[in-house]
Order: sequence, then C-alpha cells, then structure tokens
Amino acid sequence: MPNLSRSSKGRLSLDSEVISLTATKRDSTFVERLTPAGRLLSRCIQCGTCSASCPSAPAMDLTPRQMWRLVQLGFQDQVLHSQAMWLCSLCYTCHVRCPRGIPLTETIVTLKRLAIQTGIGEWPDSTAFYQAFSHVMRRYGRMREMEFMIRYFLATNLLSAAGYAKLGLTLLRRGKVHPQLPRLRGEGRLDRLFERVAELEGQG
Amino acid sequence: MKYLFYPGCSQESSALEYKTSALAVLEALGAEVEELGEWTCCGASVAAVVSDLLGLVLPARNLALAEEASDSREMLAVCSACYTNFRRTAEAVAANPGLLGRINQALEVEELTYGGKSQVRHLLDVLANDFGPQAIAARVQMRLTGLTVAPYYGCQTVRPYSPFDDGQRPASMVGILQALGATVYRHPREAYCCGTSLVMTKPGVGLQMAGEVLRACSSADCIAAVCPMCHMNLDSYQDQASRVMGQPLRIPVLFLPQLIGLALGLPESKLMFHRHVVPVGPALARLSQS
Repeated sequence: MPNLSRSSKGRLSLDSEVISLTATKRDSTFVERLTPAGRLLSRCIQCGTCSASCPSAPAMDLTPRQMWRLVQLGFQDQVLHSQAMWLCSLCYTCHVRCPRGIPLTETIVTLKRLAIQTGIGEWPDSTAFYQAFSHVMRRYGRMREMEFMIRYFLATNLLSAAGYAKLGLTLLRRGKVHPQLPRLRGEGRLDRLFERVAELEGQG
Repeated sequence: MKYLFYPGCSQESSALEYKTSALAVLEALGAEVEELGEWTCCGASVAAVVSDLLGLVLPARNLALAEEASDSREMLAVCSACYTNFRRTAEAVAANPGLLGRINQALEVEELTYGGKSQVRHLLDVLANDFGPQAIAARVQMRLTGLTVAPYYGCQTVRPYSPFDDGQRPASMVGILQALGATVYRHPREAYCCGTSLVMTKPGVGLQMAGEVLRACSSADCIAAVCPMCHMNLDSYQDQASRVMGQPLRIPVLFLPQLIGLALGLPESKLMFHRHVVPVGPALARLSQS
C-alpha cells in the first residue's frame, strides 16, 4: 500500500513520514522541469522552516515541507493534484526564510502553472480565478474589477456570489467599483502580445 | 525630484483615493510626477501562472515605456504587487541577460524594447528615503497628536525583491508617522499577509489572515496601509473577517498618503475619506478632541 492516499472526499493525505518509493508512480525529472529556480530544491534539507512560516499551512492537505519532499522524490501526480499550492498567497515568507536560499514562492508559481497545463480539475475555484483575471487583462489591457468578479463567480459558484452581494453594493455606493458594459467583440488590447508570447513559448 | 508614475489598475477604481492622495502629497512635497502614458496591467499574481514568459513580458512592457519616456527618471509604483512584478522582472533579466532577447521578441508586436535599465521604486521607499521624516515634518500644518496608528506593510512591499527595508521587521513607516505627530502602534503582524486573492478563492483561509492583522491592530485608532490589495482586504472585507475571527473588529484603514495629506492640510477632495467602507470619522474625531 502506498502511504500517499486520497480519501473519499478527494483529500490527499500523507499517512506517515515513511514514503514507499516503489508503490507509487514517480517521475525523476519533475524537479528538473520546475525551471531553474525549482531545480534548487535538491538543496532542501527538510528543516520545516517553510511550514512553520506559512500562514496557510494549517489549511493545506500537504504541508510545504512535505510537498517539497514529494517534489524531490518525483511524486508529480500527488503534488500537482494537491490543494497546497492553491492556498499559497504569495507572501514570500518561506522564500526569504529558507536557510538553503531556495526561491520557494517562485517555485509555487511554476507548480500552479504545471497543474493548470496538466488540466488538473479538482480546484476549480482557484483555477477559474486565473482564467477570469487573464481574460479581462487580455481584453482591456487593464483590470476591470467588476467584470472580473462577475466572470469569476459565473465560472465557479453563483451561490457564493450571493454572500458577496452586500459587499458589492457597498463598493458600488462608495464608487470603488464601476459598472461598465463588457466589450464582447473586436480585438482585445493585449491579444497580439498574448499570441506572440504563446508562439514563442511553443518554440521554447 | 522627478518621477514617472505607474498607477496600476486598482488605483483607477477601487483605490482611487490612494492614487489621488499619493499624487497630492508628492506634489505638496515638491516632487514632479508624470504619469506613464499607455501603461497596461503588470500581470498581477496571474500572468506568471498563465505563462512563464508572460509573467516577465507584461511588466517589461511598462518598463520599456518608462525607458522610452524617461531621462533617467525612476518609475514610481504605489501597489506592492506591481512593484514586485517590476523588480522581479528586472532581477530575472539581470541574473540572466539572455532573457532580454526573448522578452523583446514578444514586445516587437507593441513596437517596444526593454533594455533592462529602468528602476522602480515603491511610494513608501520614496517617502521614507528620498524625502524622509524631516522634510515631511517641515511641511506639517496639523499634527496628528492623539492619533494612534498601526503601520501595516503587508508582504510584497518589503519582500522578496524590495531593497529599502527589512523583509520581516520593516520600520520605514515609523519615522514618517512620528513626523506627522501620530503615536505609532507597533504590533507583530506588520509584515503578515492580508490574505490576498484567497479572500475570494478560499474565504475561510484568506479572511482568517486579514482577521489576524485586524486583531493585532485593534488597540490602535487606525491602520496605515501602502498597498491597494491589503487595503481592500482589511477595509472592504472587515465585516467578513470579523465573522471568521468570531469577534467584532472595527478599525478604519487609511492609506499612508491620506494620513500624510491630512497632516499637510490637504483638502478632502484629495484625501477622499468618504470612499472607505469602514468609516474614517471616528478616528478623525479623536484627533479633533486632543
């Protein structure tokens, strides 16, 4: 039995500190693919400073320290399917405290990207955020907060939007958000730049 | 002193009071500030997740504009996430000059070239170090005596690409607030995370973070913030954070330049206190009593 298991609720759990290296599929090139910053993970000594520093760690299915160990060992599926990276708020506390100088927060960004590219579907509330934001940014070149929020809630859970309705009205009254009609047709302000970047990354 | 000003998206709507008060304060201090024309979003926390290259190209587009517009003027950012993206891009290029070619291949479609030269400064850095407490104190017209202010830096203002203050125990605001005549309330959550976008995607986790900051500051009369994201989470989401914390938390959250502007005697039209979700009035009332 692998020690790494998924409960009926889909939560990943690491049953003990002992990890079976043979019972679970691994990819030894995982660390290598995490861009230059991620490769530094081979330096990790498992001191746990990252977990102790992380304001989100108590809510994570894998603590940061556990996650980095799994990355080192090539447990790609387990890492990419976990929720841990989506609870990172980019506070960079682990990043500046890591005694081995590993740019951990930058590596989290890479993990999020890999998870989205791999089509991991377990955390739609998180991935929809990036899609909605990216859409609005590309279309107008600048953020339109209200359209972004509407797109986000339409893509995730309209019911949860109800919880924000009162706040939304307050923000409208204070002039903090502006109702603007979405522009649905025509070229987006950053379409060409986004397309060129996609072309270049395709070559890379 | 002359600067190019990069407002950033939030300052055009939700944090208009931040931009307005910052520009008014800089002008009152004698700075010459010109807004960067044709600027676009820095990519926020999103671009780099969508694509590695996009996470560098979107900041670089604005840095290229700054290089084109500037005669060695530094670019000034007020949002800590914008600031982080610009400095992150500049650092990435400095560490790996080969990236410049790739970034510029993308910027061709915008007819722009980034040379890796433009410097970006945070408003707090400029206020604390280019002007400094003495220059600010010299222009104070109404001392904020009796007002206890809890400084809140958040994360990306001071780490990891920020060279002007300590990444974990920052202190840049102390001298400025004292120069205004305010009492500084030091607390253990000065550089703790506000919860960022987690207040939307994982409210239970994000609101807890905002709540921790609010609770740590609750003995002060108000909080001083220097980032629109932090301000949004602490001010607009304060009721929701209170519910998550299981205790009533009620404290006005002001942008630092609003507090400076108040002491400098700038009019309400430049300070825009009416835009806050948590009313600023009670804190200001303490001021007039003293």
